[in-house]
Amino acid sequence: MSSNTATANAEKSRRRFKAMGWSILLIFACAIILPATSYLIPTETAQAQVVDDKNQRANFWRAVREGGSGYSSVKGPETGVFIQNGGQNWRQLRNGPISTYGGWALILAVLGCIGFYLVRGKIKIDAEISGRKVQRWETWERFMHWFTAAGFVVLAITGLSMLFGRLVLIPVLGPEGFSLWANMSINVHNVVGPFFSIGVLAMFLFWAKNNLFNAVDMKWFSSGGGIIGSAHPSAGKLNGGEKVWFWVVILVGLIAVCGSGFALIGWLAQLGIGDETRATMQFMHKVHAIGAILWIVMFFGHAYIGTVGTEGALEGMATGKVSAEWAKQHHDLWYDEVKDKAVQDEPAAAGPGVSQPSTSTT
Amino acid sequence: MAKMKFLCDAERCIECNGCVTACKNENEVPWGVNRRRVITLGDGEVGEKSISVACMHCTDAPCSAVCPVDCFYTTDDGIVLHDKDLCIGCGYCFYACPFGAPQYPAEQAFGVRGKMDKCTFCAGGPVDDNSVAEFDKYGANRVSQGKLPLCAEMCSTKALLAGDGDMVADIYRERILKRGDRPQTWGWEKAYGSAV
Repeated sequence: MSSNTATANAEKSRRRFKAMGWSILLIFACAIILPATSYLIPTETAQAQVVDDKNQRANFWRAVREGGSGYSSVKGPETGVFIQNGGQNWRQLRNGPISTYGGWALILAVLGCIGFYLVRGKIKIDAEISGRKVQRWETWERFMHWFTAAGFVVLAITGLSMLFGRLVLIPVLGPEGFSLWANMSINVHNVVGPFFSIGVLAMFLFWAKNNLFNAVDMKWFSSGGGIIGSAHPSAGKLNGGEKVWFWVVILVGLIAVCGSGFALIGWLAQLGIGDETRATMQFMHKVHAIGAILWIVMFFGHAYIGTVGTEGALEGMATGKVSAEWAKQHHDLWYDEVKDKAVQDEPAAAGPGVSQPSTSTT
Repeated sequence: MAKMKFLCDAERCIECNGCVTACKNENEVPWGVNRRRVITLGDGEVGEKSISVACMHCTDAPCSAVCPVDCFYTTDDGIVLHDKDLCIGCGYCFYACPFGAPQYPAEQAFGVRGKMDKCTFCAGGPVDDNSVAEFDKYGANRVSQGKLPLCAEMCSTKALLAGDGDMVADIYRERILKRGDRPQTWGWEKAYGSAV
């Protein structure tokens, strides 16, 4: 009997626990599922619809605010667009980060060159100059270089006048004076730009294969180009740094800056590439400004190394010939290739008529 | 001091383009330049809305902020004007303006655009008031004569309002109160019924 009651009690409590367990599970399930039913039953959505219906004019104008367009009997590009939103973004980027960081980048680049000169001084030619010279740049190469370089300087000055003139030049020249300068700048910039681009394109076509990176350049990079210390890493006709500069000129300069320039003066649109909408112009202007500042920053380094930074470098691009000692120090692998063609420079004492063709050997 | 504002009542504008014509005629603007234009949204559909747009004479004008020669100035009346003698036609104000107000008379080779032209609120420019030079460069100076811009003065439905911002707002508020209730109970539906 007692065992009977015990089993009955145990059965009872087991059933109670079972019921309790299921109840708790059900409560949990309902607590999770019931609030989610609002997703299934469309009361909330319908209410939102009603609100929207009541405020449909707001939706109408919201679309306008987001750049929607309509019909206008005044014909022209984008005359149907009521509000073009990109301009504010362009304004904030141009007047903000592009001119602030860009301006500092340019100043720091100049200061960096001066600082490097003060610390490191001019990189001298170690060996004694013997007067033997090797041909480094042909006449057409030098013409291509200086044609592009002159264009670059003109474009940099006129272009920077457009970005920083209001801040820097109006206080100096006055509004009328600066307006004259800016008017000249923009016209010179727009006309010189396309011719300059031809020069850069020619550089790409004629110099690209000399500028492909190879194992020697990797070694050159890993020793930091010999900037620190007196050891000079090996280099062919062009060292790793020169090749980097070349590809900056092509990728940043030719593609980004020259390309966006052609878009900005409307030539690309006339060729059927892209359009002249404000969004395009804003984008192209940003690319043009950022790319150009980067290019000018790199140019300061190039101009420094090519002139006051390195003894004997400028004469290569000026006269076409470099001294054998310079070549041996800076471009040893290239010198090994061309040393047989080295010529003795005409002695200062000798009169005219003794100059020798550069290809003859002595 | 008054702050001059335009307001176009989209419930009244009937896209007659009278403001555009009035502006062109009064200011004798160059060929191809329209200082004002009417845009119709949802054209041909029930509930289409038209609105007349020109320079909005912004308080923090983007055109002025990006101008490389700093040729813009805001008058005491809050009208944004520019000096065509300084303008170099670079196009930056056009890139920056959300309303497409700045326009250029020419597009020639090498991106030459000519001097920018835009709505002056019929307030001329920085040369002597009502002089020939002012008219040639900037158009009429009605504000100096105590008149309002002709586009608004000639608006047949008085949709386009111009003048002191406070007064314009008062007129518009009065209209809204007279119309009563929510926007969907006036304008199109009130005039033509909700079925149309």
